[in-house]
Amino acid sequence: MTSRAQVLDALSGVRDPELDEPITDLEFVSGLEVEDGAVSVWLRLPTYFCAPNFAYLMVADAKEAVLSVPGIERANVVLEDHYASGEINVGVNDEHGFDGAFPEETESPDLEELRMVFRRKSFVSRQEQLCRKLLAEDNTPSDLARMTLADIPASDLLGKYLERRIELGLDVSGGAPLVVDPEGKRIPEDAVVQHLRFARTVRVSIEGNAELCRGLLATRYEIPNREERTA
Amino acid sequence: MYEKDGEKYFVVDGHVHYWDASPGNWIEGQEQYAKGWIECFYGYHQLGPEEYYWPMEKYQKYSEETMMKDLFEDGYVDKAIFLPTYLKSWYKEGFNTIEQDAILAEKYPDKFILNGRFDPRDGEEGLREFERDHERYGFKGVKLYTAEWHNGSKGWSLKSPEAKRYLEKCEELGVTNIHVHKGPTIWPLNKDAFDVRDVDDAATSFPKLNFIVEHVGLPRIEDFCFMATQEPNVYAGLSVVLGALMHSRPRFFAKVMGELLFWVGEDKMIWASDYAIWHPRWQVEMFVDWDYPEGYEYDDFPRLSTEGKKKIIGLNAARLYDIEVPAELRLPEADTDAQTVEPTVS
Repeated sequence: MTSRAQVLDALSGVRDPELDEPITDLEFVSGLEVEDGAVSVWLRLPTYFCAPNFAYLMVADAKEAVLSVPGIERANVVLEDHYASGEINVGVNDEHGFDGAFPEETESPDLEELRMVFRRKSFVSRQEQLCRKLLAEDNTPSDLARMTLADIPASDLLGKYLERRIELGLDVSGGAPLVVDPEGKRIPEDAVVQHLRFARTVRVSIEGNAELCRGLLATRYEIPNREERTA
Repeated sequence: MYEKDGEKYFVVDGHVHYWDASPGNWIEGQEQYAKGWIECFYGYHQLGPEEYYWPMEKYQKYSEETMMKDLFEDGYVDKAIFLPTYLKSWYKEGFNTIEQDAILAEKYPDKFILNGRFDPRDGEEGLREFERDHERYGFKGVKLYTAEWHNGSKGWSLKSPEAKRYLEKCEELGVTNIHVHKGPTIWPLNKDAFDVRDVDDAATSFPKLNFIVEHVGLPRIEDFCFMATQEPNVYAGLSVVLGALMHSRPRFFAKVMGELLFWVGEDKMIWASDYAIWHPRWQVEMFVDWDYPEGYEYDDFPRLSTEGKKKIIGLNAARLYDIEVPAELRLPEADTDAQTVEPTVS
């Protein structure tokens, strides 16, 4: 018997590509039904006009994640309260693909290029988070430039960074340099500070965007404000 | 004018609307979009302080009296700049047209600056209409919304040859301030709708025009920053940054401000309330009092002085729009690094 917990766990592997956080943490999953190998999932977004390309990716990824759970044979994922709900729901559940869901409105057959742009941003942001922690622990930028992955103590930040490296197909062996660009090229010692300065802006942008979206979702669905709750 | 602790601030609100999103203005068959749009705005509205919330009915359509009082009596605004937003696919008379804004701009010429707009997909006819509008109203700026729906099309790019013709026309007419707003939907749908690279391209091609990127390209602040730091004629429009983040997400607001001050600098940042999404009063008061929170996270961001706040809250926009600032509200020496293109029309 498949439990709700297993399905939710699978859904927690689905990220908002722009916000780089699980759709479960973002409270985008508004409903879930599990019955005899069939799952229905309802998703909601911060606004009626959220970008349909990212919305499509999340609906499609959610469906794939649910179907990866042993014992689940059928999955229906429904995006609610969005101007393109109809096109997206039919496109994903009938497997028309994004260009099939929006005929004449796309230029190339799928969303992989878009996904890669945001995987690279996510990689840069996670690398900066990890490096910031290492700098706070009294490592210098020159130390960082010389470090390999084997030098870094295990942590949640390291785990997330390694996941992003794997997504980009980058080397995650112990001897691989820590600070690399999204192509896997080592950043030279004299460029590390500047590299991390750019990376910080990417991280602030992603985090700021995520906070804005949390705020909008909270007002839209009257969810208690997160900053207030944790204050 | 706002006064605090003996300092006087000249206040220019760089982005205001006089809209009609009431059900009577919704186009039949398109009601869900018209309703969805204003509800989306209402979500943003509720990121401000609760004491400033309006009921939905008032938010859909507000009166002249309300707007005049909010901006000029209660909101400290000396001059407000109208940025039209058409959305004629959903709203019968448009959401916030030049004609609608002109009702107030012509009645209170010392209070408002009226900006124009164009849509390159309107072709030759649109170009002539833009010229006629300019002849009548004497624009110093335009608002461009690249995500506007238009017949079957869901958006346009500043890089297109059609857009170039319109920008050449702006140069010719001396309409020097180009406010660009990126929205969520654009052709092709499978690409990133908020990509600001076309602004980069246009800013390089048209060095005599100023490009004010509304909402600093949110949610692509980093792409905006990396671009603006290279283009002397690209400015940061702060509407939404203050309104949506300063009250509801103060720590993230501080980080975003820190990034903007680092990359773009206080000479090229322009405050705007985005009225009636948010009331200017609390934004002016809170911004003048603002400083970074405690914490090493903020330590290496550039500081913002009283002088810097005066620039952002009014003097930078006054420079772009050639607005006369009373002597006692000017800075001691008004030199700046930004290469502003002064309007040739007065």
